[in-house]
Amino acid sequence: MRDVSIIGIGQTPVGEHWDKSLRHLAFDALVAAKRDAGIERADAIYVGNMLSGEISGQAHLGALIADFAGLRGIEAIKVEAACASAAAAFRQAYIGVASGLQNIVIALGVEKMTDDVGSKLTAGLASAADADYEAIHGVSFVALNALIMRRYMHEYRVTHEDFAGFSVNAHANGAGNPNAMFRRPISKEAFIRSGMVADPIGLLDASPMADGAAAAILCPAEQAREFTDNAVRIKASALATDSLSIHDRRDPLWLQAAEDSAKHAYRQAGVGPQDIDFFELHDAFTIMSALSLEAAGFAERGKGTWLTGDGEISLEGKIPITTRGGLKARGHPVGATGLYQIVEAVQQLRGEAGANQVANARLGMTQNIGGSGATIVTHIFERADL
Amino acid sequence: MSTTEIARHWRLKAQRYQLVGEVCPHCNGKIFPPRDVCPHCAEEATQPPFRFSGKGEVYSYTTVHNPPEGYEESAPYTVALVKLAEGPLITAQLTDVANSEVEIGMPVEMVTRKLRSYGEEGLIIYGYKFRPQLARI
Repeated sequence: MRDVSIIGIGQTPVGEHWDKSLRHLAFDALVAAKRDAGIERADAIYVGNMLSGEISGQAHLGALIADFAGLRGIEAIKVEAACASAAAAFRQAYIGVASGLQNIVIALGVEKMTDDVGSKLTAGLASAADADYEAIHGVSFVALNALIMRRYMHEYRVTHEDFAGFSVNAHANGAGNPNAMFRRPISKEAFIRSGMVADPIGLLDASPMADGAAAAILCPAEQAREFTDNAVRIKASALATDSLSIHDRRDPLWLQAAEDSAKHAYRQAGVGPQDIDFFELHDAFTIMSALSLEAAGFAERGKGTWLTGDGEISLEGKIPITTRGGLKARGHPVGATGLYQIVEAVQQLRGEAGANQVANARLGMTQNIGGSGATIVTHIFERADL
Repeated sequence: MSTTEIARHWRLKAQRYQLVGEVCPHCNGKIFPPRDVCPHCAEEATQPPFRFSGKGEVYSYTTVHNPPEGYEESAPYTVALVKLAEGPLITAQLTDVANSEVEIGMPVEMVTRKLRSYGEEGLIIYGYKFRPQLARI
């Protein structure tokens, strides 16, 4: 196995891109990443996407995007793992380079959600759950998270208000990210006042659906200097799975796949949670932030929301999270989100995060969650000049 | 709605109408829905079929206001995780009860109701929902 580095990144702003199609969004992110890395050709492209077949009527994304981007001929394939699609695609790119089979590889995440915003999109998202035993009962994705959240509140004596800190922090950070969908801070009072979506999940617990694309370009670490002085090393890459349905979990309040993938990643990188300088977690819903922090070893079981007190998750805190707005404020184009997290981690480690810069960031971790915890991908990155 | 859609639901009739699962011959764990590998002990578990009592209690619940395609006519509705008396959790809608009356721990029982229909000429899918347990006289 070879060490692997990231030599280029690109992204589109997250938002409602009525004027752009799936292929154009992908193209924009890809061109930006190619320009950043200073490359023309690549050996392969892995495309993370969840809903292209359902919403755009377009399968076969690998070949489509390779062709559209002027890379006709190269190996290209779509990787699907619900909301974890992009991190899973990135991991395939990592495996390609680490194995020695490929040299320059593009990982791209793209999602075009706003071509259909009604019940069809809700049904498409619910297809990440068990079709025969969850979705057939009319369960939406928000509802699945609400079921976990209500039981969590019951079990650990936590109130809805206790989750406010996650959204307040995400929006505060989103304000400094030019690519974020929401760039205004929110108050705790606004969080409490906001309407219910699926009780106990309120409007400001949930991330917005949006369009977007993000990309990263990987190469062997020993060749990275040929392209850039600012390469970022991939210290660990791990993917773990759990039961597709919540009702099949041994413990529905514990993200076993997050624990498994984080532990594997820590072992691979030779570090522990205390060494991580910032953590781009998957805050599709505030409950997922709490569960992710607990499973990855940053908080005790049932105490994930406690970290929101005393500024521990802010940019200056002990473990900054969602440093560029997270899913909540940057936006959550589902199958692209994992690569936004990675692109943002690279920006932090290059010192290019502007108003959102975490001082002296050396080690960053990302965690991308698919479904209600069925696929979880954890990556650890290191600044390369160390 | 295609004819293959019918087969997809028909295959599950023992589960949807009768809550038929399995008992693992190795660890005696009760399994719903049936699966070929026991989720408790990871041994092969294909026999024998086991019919659940349909009794259980609410483990968690929520209300769906923005339903997926195909469920618009019943919204808003309450969905729950129900802990069956024999052990496993199951996802289902609650029926014959207002969301405001539901509590964690509330005893419920399985009934057969319409889950969804596929348009004007389409088929209707029936299956389990849970209602508050009725007092037996």
